[in-house]
Amino acid sequence: MSNQDATFNHDQPSIDTNRKQLVIIGNGMVGHYCIEQLIERGATAQWQIHVFGDERHRAYDRVHLSEYFSGKDADALALGEPDLHRTHGVALHLGVAVTAIDRDSKEVVTAEGRLAYDSLVIATGSYPFVPPIPGPDTATHPQARLVYRTLDDLDAIRQQAAGARRGVVIGGGLLGLEAANALQSLGLEAHVVEFAPRLMPVQLDEQGGAALRERIEALGVGVHTGCATEEIVATPNDAYAYRMNVKGGEPLDTDLIVFSAGIRPQDKPGRDCGLETGERGGIVIDDSCRTSDPEIFAIGECALWQNRIFGLVAPGYTMARTVAGCLTGEEAHFNGADMSTKLKLLGVDVGSIGDAHGATEGAKSYRYIDEAGSGYRRLVVSADGKKVLGAVLVGDNSYYDTLLQYAQNGIALPDDPASLILPQNEGGAPALGADALPDSATICSCHNVTKGAVCSAVDAGCADLAALTIDTKASTGCGGCSALLKQVFEHELEARGVAVDRSLCEHFAYTRQELYAMVRVEGIQSFGELLEKHGQGLGCDICKPTIGSILATCWNQPIMDAQNVALQDTNDTFMANMQKNGTYSVMPRVAGGEITPDKLVALGEVAKKYDLYTKITGGQRIDLFGAELHELPDIWEALINAGFETGHAYGKSVRTVKSCVGNSWCRYGVQDSVAMALELEHRYKGLRTPHKIKMGVSGCTRECAEAQSKDIGVIATEAGWNLYVCGNGGMRPRHAELFATDIDSDRLVRYIDRFLMFYVRTADKLQRTSVWRESLEGGLDFLKAVIIDDSLGLGEELERQMQHVVDTYECEWANALGDPEKLKRFRTFVNDKCGDPDIVNVSERGQPRPARADEIQSLAVEIR
Amino acid sequence: MNRTAATPHKVLCRRSDLVDDSGVVALHDGHQIAIFYLPRGIDRRGEPAVFGIDHHDPFSNANVIGRGIIGDKGGEPVVASPIYKQHFRLRDGICLEDDSVRLKVWLLRLEGDQVVLER
Ligand SMILES: Cc1cc2nc3c(=O)[nH]c(=O)nc-3n(C[C@H](O)[C@H](O)[C@H](O)COP(=O)(O)OP(=O)(O)OC[C@H]3O[C@@H](n4cnc5c(N)ncnc54)[C@H](O)[C@@H]3O)c2cc1C
Ligand code: HEM
Ligand code: SF4
Ligand code: SF4
Ligand code: FES
Repeated sequence: MSNQDATFNHDQPSIDTNRKQLVIIGNGMVGHYCIEQLIERGATAQWQIHVFGDERHRAYDRVHLSEYFSGKDADALALGEPDLHRTHGVALHLGVAVTAIDRDSKEVVTAEGRLAYDSLVIATGSYPFVPPIPGPDTATHPQARLVYRTLDDLDAIRQQAAGARRGVVIGGGLLGLEAANALQSLGLEAHVVEFAPRLMPVQLDEQGGAALRERIEALGVGVHTGCATEEIVATPNDAYAYRMNVKGGEPLDTDLIVFSAGIRPQDKPGRDCGLETGERGGIVIDDSCRTSDPEIFAIGECALWQNRIFGLVAPGYTMARTVAGCLTGEEAHFNGADMSTKLKLLGVDVGSIGDAHGATEGAKSYRYIDEAGSGYRRLVVSADGKKVLGAVLVGDNSYYDTLLQYAQNGIALPDDPASLILPQNEGGAPALGADALPDSATICSCHNVTKGAVCSAVDAGCADLAALTIDTKASTGCGGCSALLKQVFEHELEARGVAVDRSLCEHFAYTRQELYAMVRVEGIQSFGELLEKHGQGLGCDICKPTIGSILATCWNQPIMDAQNVALQDTNDTFMANMQKNGTYSVMPRVAGGEITPDKLVALGEVAKKYDLYTKITGGQRIDLFGAELHELPDIWEALINAGFETGHAYGKSVRTVKSCVGNSWCRYGVQDSVAMALELEHRYKGLRTPHKIKMGVSGCTRECAEAQSKDIGVIATEAGWNLYVCGNGGMRPRHAELFATDIDSDRLVRYIDRFLMFYVRTADKLQRTSVWRESLEGGLDFLKAVIIDDSLGLGEELERQMQHVVDTYECEWANALGDPEKLKRFRTFVNDKCGDPDIVNVSERGQPRPARADEIQSLAVEIR
Repeated sequence: MNRTAATPHKVLCRRSDLVDDSGVVALHDGHQIAIFYLPRGIDRRGEPAVFGIDHHDPFSNANVIGRGIIGDKGGEPVVASPIYKQHFRLRDGICLEDDSVRLKVWLLRLEGDQVVLER
């Protein structure tokens, strides 16, 4: 970029006549976020932006300010890239305060001079309130009136703490406790003095405050509640430098005092120029964050919306987005914000949601008190007992997310509301089921489609999934959300009393399960036969792969056989994974992630020879990217000669069995997890399933293989193995459920045989085990009955079917390489030996990657 | 290169190059043409049919159409792009999800063992 080396002088704002001038006062968290949002929206094309911050540091993360005392420096706390402003031509004026706003001439005044604005954003935050308590002069006794808001404040505290023994914080709210923590980390004996009868009076109720107090006292912090400091006296000849005389308590001696008695909006610049302000401070704004002067916005803690100040960063960010939207011609509004918070204070979990005090008329509370562990949870429900109004948590925030969803989305309470705050025997707080997802839950992250949007589309008449995807765009991005989308969609239809058409597609009026049964019972061998007997038309990209998969599971025919070839999608057809530019990636099996040095070398040689991009995948194997269709057979020939076999990465089939190193090397291991992983991977490799299957084996409870996020997870115990099922990583993570404990290897394999075959039989197309499990009526108990107790009498049959698949396994690539007829398909063009001329790579970090459109264009220009 | 009239016919490939109910790709004058073959026609009862359509997928900007699955939507033969799964009608190239997008179609004919491009 040509102006890259242009020097931008921060001290002398340049005026650009082509663009309008935007001035931002305050370079704190919200002001900074506003700039990032403006840049993201391309606002620098129309606006020349100037930012003034009176602190000398660039914007930093105030929320984590306390980490300044636990090892982070100003750079580590800084927000955004260091050269963000320069890169985007934003003029940053640090250490410069705006002293006045001249609304008549539309200029801001600083010590540097005047600067004109077309629009102005005030983001001056707030300042700590120091109550007028009589005491020694601040100029000569800075240590008697310290505050806790900025990096400079913390420098001052650090400086004063040197040589001091005791420190007192006035104010037992959220910030006061953080300050006390900081004093303690500086080696001081810390005390908190709070005027109210309990700690964190805003967020907590009485018992919550009491539980917190116990925990905090246990950490060695003195807590003095119900105490008002009346006077500070310098006592230079005593053991401590000051004495605080306290109403309602004993006098307290200390070396330094930090005030944390609340914050006040920094509204001075607005107030002085006549903008409307609130009675107790704050610049009044409307829903677009405009002040009483429409050219001036105010955001963050200095802004007063509907008579409320929002002392948290998230609402400030929402305001910043609103302003960035307004300035770039987007429709944007601030509609208030939820003040629920969860924090770790002095290592103690504290959470407060909605109406924590039960102030709503008729509100009822459930309380859980754990005096032994100083834990406290309170659930506030509505008078009719149907909704969560609020909650208080002390000691364990794992309940927070679920409770917040209940409260924010008005989800109907379970029959026993107390269960939401009672300890759970396993796995902590209760999670919400799929159908209980709140309207605000994102279904499709690519297109930002919420459950609410899906519901509206259904209300507006979307009667099938195709119409829904056109309407909402959901599932048209990466496609990862399609299973969840379908589940939500069908649930919504059913909720509206519409009969759900579960036909596979227009060619088959049956579900996958029904088709599976037909194929098996009638011994149907091909798609054509099934279509003839039970379907119509030519088939399509939905039924063909589904039925191809059913045929493969039932009869284990090679997918490359002539009658099957047209059924597979391109990945299965060419036994490789198509990437965005039409090339393929190749992933041989590396069972259990165990690979010999020779094989590693062989992989490297193949990658080098064919100029493939190599990357280690999440499944403990190595993916080689960028092969053209006609190169695949040669690549596979080389790989097979080196002892590899296909990895089935292209198929809806068993993928990898991830394992930790186990007891052969690991000092904690109790079983040989690698050997078990190899056994499982080699047994189930090639099995075609409704969706991909991932497995994991860990050698002890430390669970290094993360087996509990897999469809099948195995964890070694002293006595054998624990089996977990139906876990999932990916878009919608689900913890696997404990299915059987301390079983031996034979039993383990038998259960997995039955489990997998039962899943194959009963799951819907493209349904992962996690979704399948949630849709099973009777849940885990039913599944256990079928698999462990053989309640349906299917056990033997399922095992036999699995054994057939295992016995007839062959490497699909080896099969294809032995058949010239099959290899004919691996031609980029049937009438030319060349490759696709449109595939262009560039080199990045020493490897090839597909050129982007702009790079291709500039390459083309060079060639011309 | 001084040909005044375009050659009326061009043999793209042989019938044995085709794959039943699926696609292959031929290169013609710098154009990449996906060729789909229905050995028993679009009603699975009649004469063999071949369709030629652009191999280039405008949605992914990659040359992949010939590797999509074919089938029908409401009786109209279509191919599904293997990348973002849009459907294109084999007869006129129109995209079902967005009818402002249309692939070029190439008229093909089977002549004995040969697959011939009409124009
Ligand atoms: C220790 C601590 C812990 C916190 N923890 C949390 C938490 O866990 N969660 C949470 O949501 N929030 C927390 N907060 C609150 C959060 O930091 C604030 O909500 C947030 O910083 C507000 O952003 P702001 O931009 O409005 O104000 P600020 O970040 O205060 O920024 C305002 C900036 O404007 C500057 N300024 C003021 N006047 C002028 C002027 N005239 N000219 C130029 N510059 C000026 C100020 O110096 C300041 O740099 C915490 C705050 C502190 C201090
Ligand atoms: C996609 C990436 C980028 C976009 C969209 C982008 C956009 C812009 C725009 C709109 C401006 C004009 C700012 C102005 O003068 O008002 C600008 C200026 C500038 N850009 Fe970029 N930029 C990009 C990447 C980069 C990179 C990678 C660098 C340097 C490594 C860079 C360095 C600069 C510099 C130095 C200026 C001038 C700032 C000044 O002195 O005023 N930009 N950029
Ligand atoms: S590989 Fe990465 S970019 Fe692609 S779908 Fe998965 S998470 Fe998304
Ligand atoms: S799970 Fe256990 S055995 Fe395996 S690597 Fe971790 S600590 Fe070692
Ligand atoms: S298409 Fe919905 S998440 Fe990607």
